[in-house]
Amino acid sequence: MSAFILEMNNITKTFPGVKALDNVNLKVKQGEIHALVGENGAGKSTLMKVLSGVYPAGSYEGTINFEGEACHFKDINQSEQLGIVIIHQELALSPYLSIAENIFLGNERQSRQIIDWQATYAESRELLERVGLHDSPETAVMDIGVGKQQLVEIAKALSKNVKLLILDEPTAALNETDSENLLQLLLELKQQGITSILISHKLNEVSFVSDSITVLRDGQTIETLDAHTEKIAEERIIKGMVGRELTSRFPDRHPDIQETIFEVRNWEVYHPQQSDRKMIDDVNFYLRKGEIVGIAGLMGAGRTELAMSIFGKSYGKRISGELYKNGARIEVNTVAQAIEHGIAYVSEDRKTYGLNLIEDIKRNITSANLKRISWASIVDENQEIVEAQALKMKLNIKTPTLEQLAGNLSGGNQQKVVLSKWMFTEPDILILDEPTRGVDVGAKFEIYTQINELAQQGMAVLVISSELPEVLGLSDRLYVMNEGRFTGELTKEEANQENVMRYMTGSEVEA
Amino acid sequence: MQVLIQLFRNNIREYGMIIALILITGLFFLLTDGVNLKPLNLTNLILQNGFILVLAIGMVLVIITGNIDLSVGSVVAFIGAIAGVLIINMNVPVWLAVIIAIAAGGLIGIWQGFWIAYVGIPSFIVTLAGMLIFRGLTLWLLDGKSLAPFPESFQKLSSGFVPDLFQGGELHIFTIVLSLVLSFVLIYLEFNKRKTQVQYQFEVVPLWVSIAKLALLLLAINWFAYQLAMNKGIPTVLVIVLVLIIVYSFIMKKTVMGRHIYATGGNKKAADLSGIKTKRVVFWVFVNNGVLAALAGLMFAARLNSATPAAGNMLELDAIASVFIGGASMAGGVGTVIGAIVGGLVMGVMNNGMSLIGVGIDWQQAIKGMVLLIAVGFDVYNKNKR
Repeated sequence: MSAFILEMNNITKTFPGVKALDNVNLKVKQGEIHALVGENGAGKSTLMKVLSGVYPAGSYEGTINFEGEACHFKDINQSEQLGIVIIHQELALSPYLSIAENIFLGNERQSRQIIDWQATYAESRELLERVGLHDSPETAVMDIGVGKQQLVEIAKALSKNVKLLILDEPTAALNETDSENLLQLLLELKQQGITSILISHKLNEVSFVSDSITVLRDGQTIETLDAHTEKIAEERIIKGMVGRELTSRFPDRHPDIQETIFEVRNWEVYHPQQSDRKMIDDVNFYLRKGEIVGIAGLMGAGRTELAMSIFGKSYGKRISGELYKNGARIEVNTVAQAIEHGIAYVSEDRKTYGLNLIEDIKRNITSANLKRISWASIVDENQEIVEAQALKMKLNIKTPTLEQLAGNLSGGNQQKVVLSKWMFTEPDILILDEPTRGVDVGAKFEIYTQINELAQQGMAVLVISSELPEVLGLSDRLYVMNEGRFTGELTKEEANQENVMRYMTGSEVEA
Repeated sequence: MQVLIQLFRNNIREYGMIIALILITGLFFLLTDGVNLKPLNLTNLILQNGFILVLAIGMVLVIITGNIDLSVGSVVAFIGAIAGVLIINMNVPVWLAVIIAIAAGGLIGIWQGFWIAYVGIPSFIVTLAGMLIFRGLTLWLLDGKSLAPFPESFQKLSSGFVPDLFQGGELHIFTIVLSLVLSFVLIYLEFNKRKTQVQYQFEVVPLWVSIAKLALLLLAINWFAYQLAMNKGIPTVLVIVLVLIIVYSFIMKKTVMGRHIYATGGNKKAADLSGIKTKRVVFWVFVNNGVLAALAGLMFAARLNSATPAAGNMLELDAIASVFIGGASMAGGVGTVIGAIVGGLVMGVMNNGMSLIGVGIDWQQAIKGMVLLIAVGFDVYNKNKR
């Protein structure tokens, strides 16, 4: 038996008009954590779909050997039978069912079609123990956080006697602590002999856990790096991914900070359903023209809730506090008023809150400010094309036409469309919530450049991000949030990973 | 050729339905030995289907917002009953009765829109309740009996024709004149559009495509007008429907309101966060649908020349079927007024053709069901293929 548990040789997969994979080779050693990295659209997901049988044998060229045997999977069931399990980025759990029911969904413990609840719960407990989740297996999945849901997915994989576990962006929706736990778990599973393939954009994680790293670019294997023989720097991986040396992950910035434009005072917000639960507690902050201000904090610290409550009271109940713009008090009770006062909010979840996926690019771009291109309520569609085209060029949205539906774009391009949409409202205050979530390195840089340019033009930008390097790299000044409160304010010079982390976890509260 | 194929691919939904309509018409042309395209029958086709087309226009807006209205059939009956009671029993002048009836439709829309938009009860439930409520109220109002006949001035609403200002004999000259005027307007609009596109330096379709498209359209319109002119000219119903088509197409395509309706149906949460008042949008769409249902109710009562408790039974399903045949999506955000009209015509032409060749009501229902299934199946297949 060879040392490789999986060998994919010369895989070529073509879609009408596009060669998605071009002679790709992937060799995964028994018992290792193998990272698969590449920009969005490089072919990572396609490769994994070929492996798991989503694209059945015959629809691609090349060979797959798993544990030394040639495989020709017709569907996912066949690959799962051999112990190849994929956990997708969007979790496939049923929210109303319990943890135990989810673990054995489609694989129920039963005798003659009757569920054996004893076995279900007993085995769930064992599996939960293995993944380090201490909730009762009877808890409904919707009552636990995303981090724990991810663990349930892994427990589900373990229940299928997984030999090769494939994780597609497992930490994209997780905060730092949960991410760390998950990576630790991967290392533990490795001890237990489970091989993993990790797809991730977060290169620090990749270099932390992986034994080998395969880089894909434009549907081709660029290289496979061995993390044991050499210490791989992140810059090295990035170079492979984008095919060029990125001298810096953040564009140069020469801030030109002017007077205060926006101020939030004594801001308090309560939970929309549990009306005695305070979500935001006495938050005060200000933004200056031309300044990029970051808000760091763990998932659940209340950053999104803060932003949305400011943006036309889109979140929460019993909101109190004052907003000031240019020194004058403003009333912002609806989103329309917020837009009128020059506030824009780019949501963290572009598919749910940012875009109309079944509408084309240009109409998405203009949707928040149709007034600008309409006279007497009649939309000037020619002007619309002109304006949308200008933004498309400016942000380098990669699309053949503006008539393309937003749902057909890649994550990075979708994010650029959302950003264009809010730039089109000509805001003075731009709030960006996780502006680069699920966006590849190249597009990230373009988005950062755009953010800098907007600040340069005198916009005040507020950036919320769960990626510490991102907040640190972008912001001129940053606030740290913990459990609905601001626990610290740091200038760019003062801020570093360690002290921000301390404020974030609440272990240090500013006197 | 390349251009044509591309054009067709991009508009497969719209063109597909129009081609289907032509094919179905052609099929019945053969089956009925050409009777279905005789002037008299074409006029009948319009008179028979006018109110369904009006309902379809209201319904397509509702469905684009991601909702449904099951109550319109009952509303049609209820409005007919109101008109009957007012005009026949109480001798209210026709014009006043019409205004009151339309206002009543608006009130019904306000009632249902309130529960759906502001209270948040699913439209399926609210309008299912409305279907029962308004059918019940109709029975109560009419005491279970029919009211007839309406005075002639009211009947004109469905059986009237535009008078011939030019006093033509055999041929209704005014009809011909109107269709020629319409032709020139369409030519002007097409070339004006090309001119603007050139001004903006956009891509323009080749001139011959524009001309061919116009030629086909004008041919169809003028042929149709000529057929009508050989009968009694333009029915009032056609005028009502045409005006509604033009107004609502314009609203949906060109105005901020129309954009807001599509945005609400496409992604309500995103629309909310874009400053669109989605509740207000849904509310007004239902008010609008109430008004149009009332108009259809009046047309229906005038055509039947009576107000009956069973009027408009299942009409909501005809309207909904028209909208889906016309390419709208159950999930909302997709659909056009023209599509709904073409869908309604497909149903109408089939009803009419099948009646002409003596297919019983039993098979008519079953065949219409199959057509709905195939049309939407074709849509789904196309979407998955991409």
